[in-house]
Amino acid sequence: MTAVPVEHGLILAGALFVLGMLGVLVRRSIIFMLLSVEIMLNAAGVAFVVAGSRWQQPDGQVMFIFILAVAAAEVSVGLALAIRMYHKLKTLDTNAAGRMKG
Amino acid sequence: MNDLFYISAVVAVISTGIVITKLNVVHALLYLIVSLLAVAMVFLSLGAPFVAALEVIIYGGAIMVLFVFVIMLLNLGPEHIEEKKQYVGGQAWLGPVVLAGILIAELVSVFVRGGGQVAGNVVIEPKQTGIALYSIYLIGVELASMLLLSGLIGAYHLGRKDDKLDAGEDGGGQQ
Repeated sequence: MTAVPVEHGLILAGALFVLGMLGVLVRRSIIFMLLSVEIMLNAAGVAFVVAGSRWQQPDGQVMFIFILAVAAAEVSVGLALAIRMYHKLKTLDTNAAGRMKG
Repeated sequence: MNDLFYISAVVAVISTGIVITKLNVVHALLYLIVSLLAVAMVFLSLGAPFVAALEVIIYGGAIMVLFVFVIMLLNLGPEHIEEKKQYVGGQAWLGPVVLAGILIAELVSVFVRGGGQVAGNVVIEPKQTGIALYSIYLIGVELASMLLLSGLIGAYHLGRKDDKLDAGEDGGGQQ
């Protein structure tokens, strides 16, 4: 029984990352942009786990746990900002928040 | 059992593609949960059962629930009732159910074939991961704890009810 080639795992990670990046670039709703950032972080985690599996070391999984912590912190702050933005601008469209003061 | 990897990879890419094209955010969330479950299956087939469980529990459980909370918080009030009816009505559940059914079939086939060694990849046990995490990556654990604490404080600060933050926005906190 052969192992999954590392290239195929990296292709999966790359495909997920590109899909997430497309989501960030194309969508204008802040909720969808946060979702797409989650997809990109998850794809980076896939790449780490694939690499850790290739060298049969636990380091890739440890890095995935750190990515998980980063994703949790990012999504909590991001969603709090989304609620704040909705209360202030009455919309989730990021174009409405394009102007800064000063 | 490399086929498990490829089937779940295809499911993950398909459902992620649907996530970024759906207009309805709750339907997109359903597909994203399927995508995360498929990625968990990929991890299992690569011999990483610990992060597969973490993926389901933290990504599919905690973070997605946070998204659902926020979406439901944003659309309060009677004018959004029609919008909310679209969330659950119709045939929206069909696609995620089919994709999740493929994953369940994979899981059943793992049990039928005996579990344990899923693919040719060497299984890295949670024990090895834990030992690495709390020995050579101890500083990373400390940094992650500080990051989570700052995330907690930041979310609390931004989510406060009063409008002091709005009033102070043009001046900045320190000036």
